[in-house]
Amino acid sequence: MTKITIIAFDGTPFNLDAENGSTVMENAIRNGVPGIEAECGGACACATCHVYVDEAWTGEVGEPEPMEEDMLDFAYEVQPNSRLSCQIKVRDELDGLIVRVPERQG
Amino acid sequence: MSTTTRTDILVIGAGPVGLFAVFELGLLDLKCHLIDILDRPGGQCAELYPEKPIYDIPAWPSITAQGLVDKLMEQIEPFGPTFTFNRMVAGLERLEDGSFRVTTDEGEIFEAKAIVIAAGGGSFQPKRPPIPGIEEYEGTSVFYSVRRMEDFRDHDILIVGGGDSALDWTLNLQPLARRLTLVHRRAEFRAAPDSVNRMFALHEEEKIAFQIGQVSGLKGEGGKLQAAIVKGPHGEVEIPCTRLLPFFGLTMKLGPIADWGLNLHENLVPVDTEKFQTSEPGIFAVGDINWYPGKLKLILSGFHEVALMAQAAKRHISPGERIVFQYTTSSTSLQKKLGVAG
Repeated sequence: MTKITIIAFDGTPFNLDAENGSTVMENAIRNGVPGIEAECGGACACATCHVYVDEAWTGEVGEPEPMEEDMLDFAYEVQPNSRLSCQIKVRDELDGLIVRVPERQG
Repeated sequence: MSTTTRTDILVIGAGPVGLFAVFELGLLDLKCHLIDILDRPGGQCAELYPEKPIYDIPAWPSITAQGLVDKLMEQIEPFGPTFTFNRMVAGLERLEDGSFRVTTDEGEIFEAKAIVIAAGGGSFQPKRPPIPGIEEYEGTSVFYSVRRMEDFRDHDILIVGGGDSALDWTLNLQPLARRLTLVHRRAEFRAAPDSVNRMFALHEEEKIAFQIGQVSGLKGEGGKLQAAIVKGPHGEVEIPCTRLLPFFGLTMKLGPIADWGLNLHENLVPVDTEKFQTSEPGIFAVGDINWYPGKLKLILSGFHEVALMAQAAKRHISPGERIVFQYTTSSTSLQKKLGVAG
């Protein structure tokens, strides 16, 4: 299990034990993190699981693929550390990962 | 004058479950007409994830969403379903003989003996960008599609987005705009390369302006837009505009069906699990749009639901008529309907 923290827009932290290979979005949905909608169910087709990756983690998490970058066009207040959480797969190196949920999902 | 299309069953939604309803109803000699807001069959499968493999369709260890739609279209072909695309259903009324009259957002009229709502997550509608106060300009200065190009002539037009819709309308409206600005959050576009090249060429010739950034606010009054505030890499700029066209993709909304007087459960339509009938006799709901205890939003479940619903719809339309239960493997009468009788 890898520890990840998803911080809701109101500041509430969700400290989760995430299975390697699962996506950050799946962990958010399973644990009822408010603000992650994931309308399309993880197909990288809707941009409603948008998160901001903590600055300390952007390097390890990496850049979005072109398809994800395209979907981010539909998200709200996109920043350089924006990612779609359905496209971030949990792995050992992400132990301690922190992501934040934006004010709204478009 | 609008003509009236008459059919046995009007199916609202041409996703996988709506399509398979045609098959099950067809076996019972019921003709279907389908209406969908998209421009082709397949619903979410075709619009959101056509290339994604689906792994839980029985007997298909893996099939792409578009592949499934293509196979369903092939399977229902013998029943000759007819389609109306690019339309949203609007009004519903029950006629004296118990049948239904449905109108679309464009005023077409359909009459059917029963209605099958197979609308999935709802109808795809343009996403409203999260710009504060945008609602008060909608329909006067802010539009999500271009119905009449003339309404944009001699206006200062601001188009937002980086997909094909944004690029196509930039190219099409440029000749009649007083001034046209395209705003996108980056210099890369997910649109046809030819359109992107043509847009950059217009930009070179200074026939349009292109601004990298995201719209963060609007200025104007009484529904009359005057300017948009765009947050770019070098801070905020104010772009004068009297027409705003945001193209932020599609989202799903229940739409006018919500006003049909059916009982609803959190934006879903409750049904019983024998007939899959709504609170209104003769109106059925199948697939992701319905709700009953234990409901799973699976294509698989939708297929089961339409088989039972078809029996109930047949009984509703032809009360008293005996329905003989038959298998497609052995029934010559079913095989005739499928066009495979020896």
